[in-house]
Amino acid sequence: MTELAASAVATRRESPLRCLHLVHRNFLVWRKLMLTSLIGNLAEPLIYLVGLGYGIGALVGSIDGRPYITFLASGMICYSTMNSASFEALYSAFARLKIQRTWEGILHAPMTTDDIVLGEWLWAGCKALFSGSAILLVMYLFGIVHGIAPIAVLPVALLVGLSFAGIALVMTALAKSYDFFTYYFVLVVTPMTFLSGIYFPLKQLPEIAQTAAWLLPLAHAASLARGLTLGDPMPWPMLSVAVLLAYGIVGVTLAAWLVRRRLSR
Amino acid sequence: MLDVQHLRKLYAGRPVVDDVSFSVARGECFGLLGPNGAGKTTTLRCCLGLTEPDGGTIRLAGLPVPAEAREARYRVGVVPQFDNLDPDFTVTENLVIYASYFGIPAREARSRAPQLLEYAGLGDRGGAKIDDLSGGMKRRLTLARALVNDPDVLFLDEPTTGLDPQARHLIWDALRRLAKQGKTLILTTHFMDEAERLCDRLCVMDTGHIIAVDTPRRLIESLIEPVVLEVNGDDVGAWAEAHARPLVDRLEISGETAFCYTRSPDAVLQALLARPDLRVLRRAANLEDVFIKLTGRDIRD
Repeated sequence: MTELAASAVATRRESPLRCLHLVHRNFLVWRKLMLTSLIGNLAEPLIYLVGLGYGIGALVGSIDGRPYITFLASGMICYSTMNSASFEALYSAFARLKIQRTWEGILHAPMTTDDIVLGEWLWAGCKALFSGSAILLVMYLFGIVHGIAPIAVLPVALLVGLSFAGIALVMTALAKSYDFFTYYFVLVVTPMTFLSGIYFPLKQLPEIAQTAAWLLPLAHAASLARGLTLGDPMPWPMLSVAVLLAYGIVGVTLAAWLVRRRLSR
Repeated sequence: MLDVQHLRKLYAGRPVVDDVSFSVARGECFGLLGPNGAGKTTTLRCCLGLTEPDGGTIRLAGLPVPAEAREARYRVGVVPQFDNLDPDFTVTENLVIYASYFGIPAREARSRAPQLLEYAGLGDRGGAKIDDLSGGMKRRLTLARALVNDPDVLFLDEPTTGLDPQARHLIWDALRRLAKQGKTLILTTHFMDEAERLCDRLCVMDTGHIIAVDTPRRLIESLIEPVVLEVNGDDVGAWAEAHARPLVDRLEISGETAFCYTRSPDAVLQALLARPDLRVLRRAANLEDVFIKLTGRDIRD
C-alpha cells in the first residue's frame, strides 16, 4: 500500500439532470451484454411472427384485407416494448434496489431517490425504444412495412416504454420479492394483451370489453402503432398519446414517492 | 465537521435515537460504540440525510442536514455496513461509475483510479470482477470507492465486521493513514479493540442514548477499576459470593466465570490459593469491561 497523495478532485460537473448518471450507468451495463440483448430483442419478435404469424395466419387468413402476420407485427411492437420496459423496471430495477443494493450506494453520493427513479424510468424507456427498433427492422425485412413513414412509430415505442415503466416502478417500489411481479404479469399484463387488440382486432370483443380496453394504455399503444406503421385510421391519436403519457407520469411520480418512503425509513 | 444536537428518531412511535448530541472536529477519528440496536446506524443515516430525524439539528461539513444533505455529501465518503459494489462492473469501473454520481468526468476518475487502488492494496486488480474478490478486498475497494470524491469526512458503518484478522489490520492501517492526512473519520463498531486502536474519542450508545463520551483511555480510567481477575471453575459463584465479594470493588458472575474488578488484587489472589481447582486470569481492565459495565451482559438481538 502506498500513501494517497492529497490530490483534490479537479473537475466537478453539476448536471441539471442528475438522473442521467443512472441512465449512463445502466447503459454501460447493457453495452457489456449488448450482443446477447440485441439477439434477444430480434429473436423474440421473430419467433412470435413466424410461429403465430404463419401458424395462426394460415387458419385466420387475412384481417381487414391483409395477411395476419402484418396485423400481428404491428401489435408486436407494442407487446415487445411493453415487455422490455416492464422487465427492466421490475426485475432489473428490483435487483438494483434490493439484491445488489446499487441504489443504496448511489444514495451515499450526492443523488436523491427522485434522481434514481427518474433515471430508471428513462432507461426503461430506452430499452423499449431498442426493442421497438428491432421489431421495426424485422418488419422491414419481412416486407411488412415500406418507405420512411413507419419510422414515426419509434417515438411511440419510447412513449409506450415510459408508460409501462411508470406502472412497473410502482410495483417495484411496493415489492418485497420477485414473486410479487408474477401477480402483476398474470393479473394485469396478460389479460391486458388480450383486451388491447394485440393478437386480434379489438372489435372482436363485446362492446363493454371494448370500452374497458380504451381505459388501458396498451389499447392506445396498439392503435397508434397500427396507424403509424400500416396507415390504419387512429380514432383518437392525441387522446392516445395523452393516456400513455398520463400512465407514465402518474406512475413515475407515485413510484418516486413510494421509493422515497421505502428508503428513508 | 459534524455537529449533532438533541437528535431524536422514532420508529413506530418508539425512540431508537433519543436526545443524542456530539460534535466531531476536523481530523478527528470518532467512534460510535454500542450493542446491536443501540441506534448507531440510525444516527449515521440521520447524519447523512438518508433518513429524516424527528427532532434535533445536524450540521455536516458546515451545511444543515437534512435540508442541504445532498450538497453536504459532495464532501463525504461512505463505507456502508453491507457491501454494495456494482457486480456488473470491474474494480476500476466501479470507481469510475461511482465518481460519475459526483459529477466527476470519467477521464479524471480513470486517471485517479490506479492511485486509489494502490492505496487500497488492489493495485493489480483493476480489471477483476467483483465476484472474484475476497471479502477483505471488497471492503478495501468499498473504502477506495468512498475516496473517489476526495472527501473531508468519511463515515464507516462497521468497517471490519465479517473480516479475518489480516484483512482487519489492512483496513485499520488504511484508516490510520487517512486520519494522519487530516480526514475526519466517523465509524460505528462493536469491536472494542478496533475502537481502542483507531478512535481519538468514543461515544458509547445504548438503547438510543449516549452513555459516555471520552477518549478510550479516559473511559477506562474513569469508569472502571484497573485490574480484572477472571476466575472460573465449578461452583465459582458460591465461592466468589463468600470469599471474593468483600475483597473486591465490584463482582460480576456470568455462567461459570466470576469477574472481579479491583484496584488491589493481592487479597483475592491470596484467597484463591485455597482453591487450586479454580482457574484464574489476571489482566488489565480494557474497553470491553467498560462497555459491559455500561451496557450490561444481556444478549441483544
